Amino acid sequence: MKFFRSHVLVGINETSIMAGVQDFIKALRLELAKHNLQEEINILETGPLGFFGRGICLSVYPENVNYQDVKLEDVTELVSEHFLKGRPLKRLMLDDGGKFSPKLNYSDRIVLRNSGIIDPENIDEYIGAGGYEAWEKALTQMQPADILAEVKISGLRGRGGAGFPAGVKWGFTAPIDAPQKYVVVNADEGEPGTFKDRLIMEGDPHQLLEGTMICARAVGATKAWIYIRGEYKLCIDRLQKAIDQCREYGILGKNIFGSGFDLDIFIKIGAGAYVCGEETALIESLEGNRGNPRWKPPFPGVEGLWQCPTVVNNVETLANVPFIIQKGAEEFMKHGTPECTGTKVYTILGDVAYPGLCEVDMGTTLRTIINDYAGGMKKGFRFKAALVGGAAGVILPDKLLDVKMDFSSLNQYAAVLGSGAILVMNEHQSIVDILWSILRFFRHESCGKCAPCRNGTQQLYRLISKIKKGKGTMEDVDLMLTIAETMQQTSFCALGQSPIMGVRSAIENFKDEFIAITKK
Amino acid sequence: MYREICSKYAPDKDNLICILHEIQNSHPQHYISEEAVQTVAEYLGVPANHIYGVLTFYTMYSTKPRGQNIIRLCESPPCYIKGSENILHKLMTLLDIEVGETTKDGCFTLELCACLGVCGNAPVMMINNDVYGDLTEEKVEEIIEKVRRG
Ligand SMILES: Cc1cc2nc3c(=O)[nH]c(=O)nc-3n(C[C@H](O)[C@H](O)[C@H](O)COP(=O)(O)O)c2cc1C
Ligand code: SF4
Ligand code: FES
Repeated sequence: MKFFRSHVLVGINETSIMAGVQDFIKALRLELAKHNLQEEINILETGPLGFFGRGICLSVYPENVNYQDVKLEDVTELVSEHFLKGRPLKRLMLDDGGKFSPKLNYSDRIVLRNSGIIDPENIDEYIGAGGYEAWEKALTQMQPADILAEVKISGLRGRGGAGFPAGVKWGFTAPIDAPQKYVVVNADEGEPGTFKDRLIMEGDPHQLLEGTMICARAVGATKAWIYIRGEYKLCIDRLQKAIDQCREYGILGKNIFGSGFDLDIFIKIGAGAYVCGEETALIESLEGNRGNPRWKPPFPGVEGLWQCPTVVNNVETLANVPFIIQKGAEEFMKHGTPECTGTKVYTILGDVAYPGLCEVDMGTTLRTIINDYAGGMKKGFRFKAALVGGAAGVILPDKLLDVKMDFSSLNQYAAVLGSGAILVMNEHQSIVDILWSILRFFRHESCGKCAPCRNGTQQLYRLISKIKKGKGTMEDVDLMLTIAETMQQTSFCALGQSPIMGVRSAIENFKDEFIAITKK
Repeated sequence: MYREICSKYAPDKDNLICILHEIQNSHPQHYISEEAVQTVAEYLGVPANHIYGVLTFYTMYSTKPRGQNIIRLCESPPCYIKGSENILHKLMTLLDIEVGETTKDGCFTLELCACLGVCGNAPVMMINNDVYGDLTEEKVEEIIEKVRRG
């Protein structure tokens, strides 16, 4: 094995590709070679790093220096200063010359433990980091019932929706005696402002596959589908590569590790409909139909894809599973709160100093996330509100900044946690405006199957547009609440039950703004 | 030609979405014609109206001919508060079309879409398979010029 003096981790993701990272790497290699440094400095292409600064980002180890927004024209200086003379280039450093360094809590991570460290396109690196140990253990040392018990004890709750306990869900499917069962990975991530699943898949596709495999073994499924949105090109490529590597290594296929268990995983691409993230609509779409939700019960766990028992789980949920099996539920439960164990991945956007990605223990407050992981507010801006959970989310004012972010503390707002999207707004932004944008989204995404949602989303949009123009009254505001509440009680699926979240939290927390803009 | 695309897939209804993707991508005008619908219907043994139902449900499909390049501008809240409306107006003036229309020379079609999952770079648009982020009015002008030149 070769020993390098330094390792340069280059984050390859949508953002850096947009900024021209491929050309950058070529230039960097050339420049290093020019100084005969190619044997000393190792360039490692990896997934999203533990932070996301702007543009092209680099982490250099063991110096532990993070750069952001590095441009092609910086290559010469970077090589001569940092790699030749050992002087990190202050002007490109993420921490603004030491003013702020985002917490990169690798030791406290579960889902992102490899992200930004290993090459996501290389199965050997995943295996080198302990990957597929859990899968081997699950196949050769554990019975399906043991896996199920471990996941149940761990308290892992779904990270894609309302936080339903994963072990309990699997427990519905496992005992059913059926000729065919399926696992479906919900990678249709369509909640506006949400892209944690994309980063999880880009950074460590094998971990998701391993979690899916263990789930399949626990419930007795021999086929799994990953339903992923068509726009996630890089994820699709990386997942397909990862699947191919697994087949080659005999990690997927027939009689895996001599256990007698068969499994294969396939990718299916979506076609752009938010409602297809709803599990039964997703199943309809997988079958080649319009993505209209199905009536529940029967739940997919009993009757799902092609009428077969089907476990549907979110990407992040499954990505937690290898850790639980490898290290044990006890270790997992050291993170988070007693009712909400483990960690949660968030993406923080908007008017914060360092928009970014983080994985923190369940129950961490919004204030901590914003201050410690995103560097607080952007200079010159004051916090006004945070939209948590995307369009189906809630608008929280500063007095709720200290609320703990977990399913039980957020109780009535719990459903918003899954998406992990935090959009921070400054004092100049209008709540009416953001609500308008949210309701426009729902009007477009309603699938039209049931009347309360089909008509309700239309009416809500009409009312908020009127209010936005300054032509509304407080009666219109009340009417919006009534409509959204009616939709919550009568809509066929959770899409129509969601607008109440944004509507109520906006009106309750920012009433003054509605009073100011409406006619007296 | 449609038949050829179909035959890459097993004649099962669950391949419909993939087949439609491929047909649309292979057409220079990025749409799915009536003829294509008929061919797919026969191949999969499903009624043509089922296929129309699917086509009109998903936003990524079009039943009308479109331009060589499809611009999809994200209008979801995170992009909206970062000024996607200004970008939209810039695009409309630049191309002299409304949303849903195609330029006279057939070069661009302008569409709106929901979150593309790259909100860290809001406002964002896609042109065909490429994502463009951190858009400003100047940047949009450059990008359009670049794509136009090919
Ligand atoms: C309109 C709508 C959109 C949804 N979108 C997603 C999504 O993009 N990803 C996801 O994992 N779950 C989504 N869900 C939740 C799923 O229906 C389902 O609860 C989830 O995939 C279950 O996985 P979990 O138990 O691991 O959270 C959505 C639900 C609704 C009603
Ligand atoms: S609530 Fe909305 S999305 Fe859900 S079934 Fe009814 S119309 Fe469709
Ligand atoms: S909101 Fe525009 S890309 Fe997500």
